[in-house]
Amino acid sequence: MNEVCLKVENLGKRYLISHGQLKSDYLSERILRGMSAPFRRIVQVIKGNPVHASEADSILWAVKDVTFEVRRGQVVGVIGRNGAGKSTLLKILAGITDPNEGYAEITGRVASLLEVGSGFHPELTGRENVYLNGAVLGMRKEEIDRKMEEIVSFAEVGDFLDTPIKHYSSGMYVRLAFSIAAHLEPEILLVDEVLAVGDAAFQRKCLGKMDDVCKEGRTVLFVSHNMGLIESICERGILLESGRVAKQGDIREVVSTYLKTIEDQQHVPLLARTDRRGKAMSQVAKFEILDENNNLLTALRSGGPARFRVHVTRKLPGMNCTIEIIDHLGHPVTVFRSKSRASTDSFERQDPLCFTCHLDDLFLLPGRYRADISITGDNRLQDSIKGAGFFDVIGGSIGGRPTVIDKRFRVGLPHRWTIPAEN
Amino acid sequence: MISETTTERLEINVPVPAPVEPKKVRREPSKGWWDSLKLDELWNYRELFYFLVWRDLKVRYKQTVLGASWAILQPLLTMVVFSVVFGRLAGIASDGSPYPIFSFAALVPWTFLANGLTHGSQNLVTASNMVRKVYFPRITMPTAAVLAGLADLGLAFPFLLGIALVYGYWPTATLLWLPVFLILALLTTIGAALWLAAFNVQFRDVRHAVPFLIQIWLFATPVAYPASLVPEHWRMAYAMNPMATVVEGFRWAVVGKATLSTGMITVSFLVAFLLLVTAVIYFRKMERTFADVI
Repeated sequence: MNEVCLKVENLGKRYLISHGQLKSDYLSERILRGMSAPFRRIVQVIKGNPVHASEADSILWAVKDVTFEVRRGQVVGVIGRNGAGKSTLLKILAGITDPNEGYAEITGRVASLLEVGSGFHPELTGRENVYLNGAVLGMRKEEIDRKMEEIVSFAEVGDFLDTPIKHYSSGMYVRLAFSIAAHLEPEILLVDEVLAVGDAAFQRKCLGKMDDVCKEGRTVLFVSHNMGLIESICERGILLESGRVAKQGDIREVVSTYLKTIEDQQHVPLLARTDRRGKAMSQVAKFEILDENNNLLTALRSGGPARFRVHVTRKLPGMNCTIEIIDHLGHPVTVFRSKSRASTDSFERQDPLCFTCHLDDLFLLPGRYRADISITGDNRLQDSIKGAGFFDVIGGSIGGRPTVIDKRFRVGLPHRWTIPAEN
Repeated sequence: MISETTTERLEINVPVPAPVEPKKVRREPSKGWWDSLKLDELWNYRELFYFLVWRDLKVRYKQTVLGASWAILQPLLTMVVFSVVFGRLAGIASDGSPYPIFSFAALVPWTFLANGLTHGSQNLVTASNMVRKVYFPRITMPTAAVLAGLADLGLAFPFLLGIALVYGYWPTATLLWLPVFLILALLTTIGAALWLAAFNVQFRDVRHAVPFLIQIWLFATPVAYPASLVPEHWRMAYAMNPMATVVEGFRWAVVGKATLSTGMITVSFLVAFLLLVTAVIYFRKMERTFADVI
């Protein structure tokens, strides 16, 4: 058994949520507030109110009482819903932000792939950015010199090395960024969903590199929403829920617990849920699965018609809706985007606060699926909620052919065969 | 931590390099100001200072049409405006030297301060994405922006000597004192830039206050007027603005005439030093929270 290289004890991080009152982001406002404070206090006393109550901030613990140990060479998946504290935990471990209580003891160099390429400057060439980004990540110049060739060949940017990276394709940009961080040779690597970028071939290469990293006895903490990926590369898992460790241990058990808790969420009204991201000027209020006559359903038939309806709280200029269909392992299956328009699209007149996605034939094979919904408007992400709805697809027929239950596949396409004639 | 078995194996008499004990880091709530100062960490990241300065220079000269000549044009054009407005129209005294050289000698270090404050207070916020995603000592960024300004100053300085020659001022031994005033300018600019940068991360309106502050500071410094206008018994208090000493020092070094005393220089150095030390302590203490508030 290897020695413990990461020891986390009762780690906690809190954020003060001010109600737009006490702590302003504007210095001038704070000074004015400070100067007027005695007078306001007098008014409060005259009114007979308790002096401090009205200005109390509420405290949100992003991470609380988190305790775990990681041994050298282990690959640990950190999972949980949006806002469960995964990123905050990684940020504390990476030293980006300080905890408020407890401690994390780390043996060896830590590198974070929280977001690759932050710190790239578009005007500088690839080579210059390698030096700069390497230095930001804590590498020495001679170390970068030594690894330059390796970094460049891994990133496959070759001839473009001395071109300003503003001319790079997004794929090249990401490859170079990942390559720098991957060659940092840290004892502990913190990864936050960077593998979701790049083309499939490069993703495989990154996974290979991650494998190498693990074999060399390095330790990896991996945050991702892709359960399939997590299950394939991690051995242990930590499930976070509202900042606390809900379960840790064998990755399979942790993932199945997580998937179960996601499903339990469907009994909570969407607007009451807090595991969401976005500006929230408009939010997803309700998600409905309907048949062609607008009757509510919980199960759909393979090859049959289906309607997904998303209700939002407010109408915003340039509003769009995206519905992602994810299978029970967390693999994305397909996506519906209202942003890419077709001539068959129409406008909602009766209820301007809802998006409806009509499908004549649902080409999904039997199984359980969930829908992740996000809405944009006013050029911003307004709301994004994972597992906004769940549904079963039951056996039916696609293209006149009965669907057979097969655990491995998700999509069925209508098709015809020509087969050797039987005489 | 190296396990016991590894150490035992090393007892074989072969010159095996001892395995390096990996460094232990502890992430915990920071305690006092000394605890958060972490000078050793700054030393470990010394190359980052160098790379950031180098980046600032590259980008600055790459992106502008005028390139490096901008470093000379900025103080030069200001000098022309000052000479016309203050020298000719307002007829402000210039301690006997021609107004253009009088103001240009002051504008060279002044431009260094103004640019250092503008870039140094702003560049962390501009790189907010980086601050949120990667850890590095944040203090490197504003400091690097100020240090990069030295290149501009280095470009403008030969020009200053050239103008001095045109007006018949040959370099004298006083020029050897220039590094002293340059160091004073550097201490002051880094100190002020760090204070402003730390505030700028936390408060949105500091960005708008910086140009205003620079303007006020300009009038509190003898750039357009000579320090000799300040009454004798007020000069020590006046020297609490270190830039007053810097500007007069540059004049003295180039033209050989200025209002300076050892007392003034001492006061200025004390104030600048205090400004820098408090700035570093405050910045290092606050930078632990930058990722949360930026």
